[in-house]
Amino acid sequence: MDKNHYDRPLITRIEAGMPGKFGLRSELPPTTHIDGQPVAELIKTYGSPLFVFSEQTIRSIYRKALKAFTTRYPKVQFAWSYKTNYLSSICNIFHQEGAWAEVVSGFEYEKALENGVDPRKIIFNGPGKTHEELVKATENGSLIHIDHLDELYTLIEVAESTERKPRVAIRINMDTGIYPMWDRFGFNYENGQAWDALNKIMYSGKLELMGLHTHIGTFIMTANAYAVAATKMVELARALKQKFNFQVKYIDMGGGFASRNTLKGSYLPGSDTNPSFDEYAEAISSALINSHFTPDDLPLLILETGRALIDEAGYILTSVIANKRLSAGRRATIVDAGVNLLFTSFWYQHQVTVAQGVSQYREDTTLYGPLCMNIDCIRESINLPVLNPGDHLVIHHTGAYNVTQWMQFITFRPNVILIDGTGETHLIREKEGRESVSGKELLPGHLKNIRE
Amino acid sequence: MKIKQQIAISDTGFLFNPSTGESFTVNPVGAEILAMLRDGKPEDQILETVTETYAVEKKTAEKDLHEFAGMLKMFQIIDKE
Repeated sequence: MDKNHYDRPLITRIEAGMPGKFGLRSELPPTTHIDGQPVAELIKTYGSPLFVFSEQTIRSIYRKALKAFTTRYPKVQFAWSYKTNYLSSICNIFHQEGAWAEVVSGFEYEKALENGVDPRKIIFNGPGKTHEELVKATENGSLIHIDHLDELYTLIEVAESTERKPRVAIRINMDTGIYPMWDRFGFNYENGQAWDALNKIMYSGKLELMGLHTHIGTFIMTANAYAVAATKMVELARALKQKFNFQVKYIDMGGGFASRNTLKGSYLPGSDTNPSFDEYAEAISSALINSHFTPDDLPLLILETGRALIDEAGYILTSVIANKRLSAGRRATIVDAGVNLLFTSFWYQHQVTVAQGVSQYREDTTLYGPLCMNIDCIRESINLPVLNPGDHLVIHHTGAYNVTQWMQFITFRPNVILIDGTGETHLIREKEGRESVSGKELLPGHLKNIRE
Repeated sequence: MKIKQQIAISDTGFLFNPSTGESFTVNPVGAEILAMLRDGKPEDQILETVTETYAVEKKTAEKDLHEFAGMLKMFQIIDKE
């Protein structure tokens, strides 16, 4: 005779009146498949934990974002933000869709070249470009976005030594009514630094001014901030036109669009409250369209949004290692993916679902990673069904920043796979081994022998 | 393990502790274990019944029973031994 299905014995205190003002907690259905692939099979083949990217989702979100802008403004160009996710397979999906590359270091610049991006379609941002990198970018005709005056003067020297005119823009920071105001990058608009830098560029005659760039912050929850920023950019463009009879070729509004993730401390899920691409597009396009630009000389609108394009296409599959009770009786579950792989769990309440049929009994749970480090907590409180060691979980919306900011701490980074549009899986980054971590170490001769 | 005398247990898995006013729910496996505890059955007999009735290995059932007992103690449903 078949035995009955076993659920761990569970007792739950009934806490009347506990639902918050937004009602009862929602229960999410299990995620048994991703793009038609069974989660259990993916883990069996590629191991656990496992990063999974959906090509279909990347392309569909990119097209949605592009459509939101192109239906409102005639000249739009996206540049893929390498720092958000620089796995070459991911970059090349965006490049296939038509995105340029936006890089912030010599390493990323080289990677974009390696990926086959036309150097004239690489935007080189960031405060830390070296002299050699500036020479190379100048010789290649890449777009160099100047962060500070020292860089501006270095570029004038580079122009003299290479006898080439670097193609440049300046990065501008400004008050758009949001907090915190990012003023560490670029030249300030309100105090006149930006205008001063533009004057230096125009009077030097050594640099080819191409455009104006701003990046007002990250995970911006109000689209109106972009309207304010775009208006200020337009004002600078108008001043250039008026004083130098110079027409900027592009206005780069940077990135910072919020993804569907939920920030810690939010009442409502990010999927319900964060602005859509349409809202951002409406704010930016309206400011440009309603400006002094005539239809013939509207500048190209460049967007460098990263997070909002890739977050939803990334998943981490993880397995339950153990369950335990904390001192006050609270359930804690330990899984094999920690903050070493999920850097973004420091500021998001990542959606986590189970990957198999589940018990109807649920419990408030603290979800810990496997690291021997107190801060390794994926979710402080999440209502999950009863889980057993070996069960699988799916962590959602992990596509942005995690495969660039992940930490090599006490263990190795796992396989990363891509599920293509036909449902076929491809290994796009092999898991690390001891060689990946210790391979570059050098041991001085006198330290080779240790006491027996 | 002995369930406190005043605890009211329904067959469908509701518990009420009149001395604290607290109510609890248990899942079917939990309810079965509580019923056996109420009948004064010893731990090894409870384990035997659970492993015979349900698709579970003895070591898992034993581990889960200990944890369940810990929760019952914490909620003051069984007397501390």
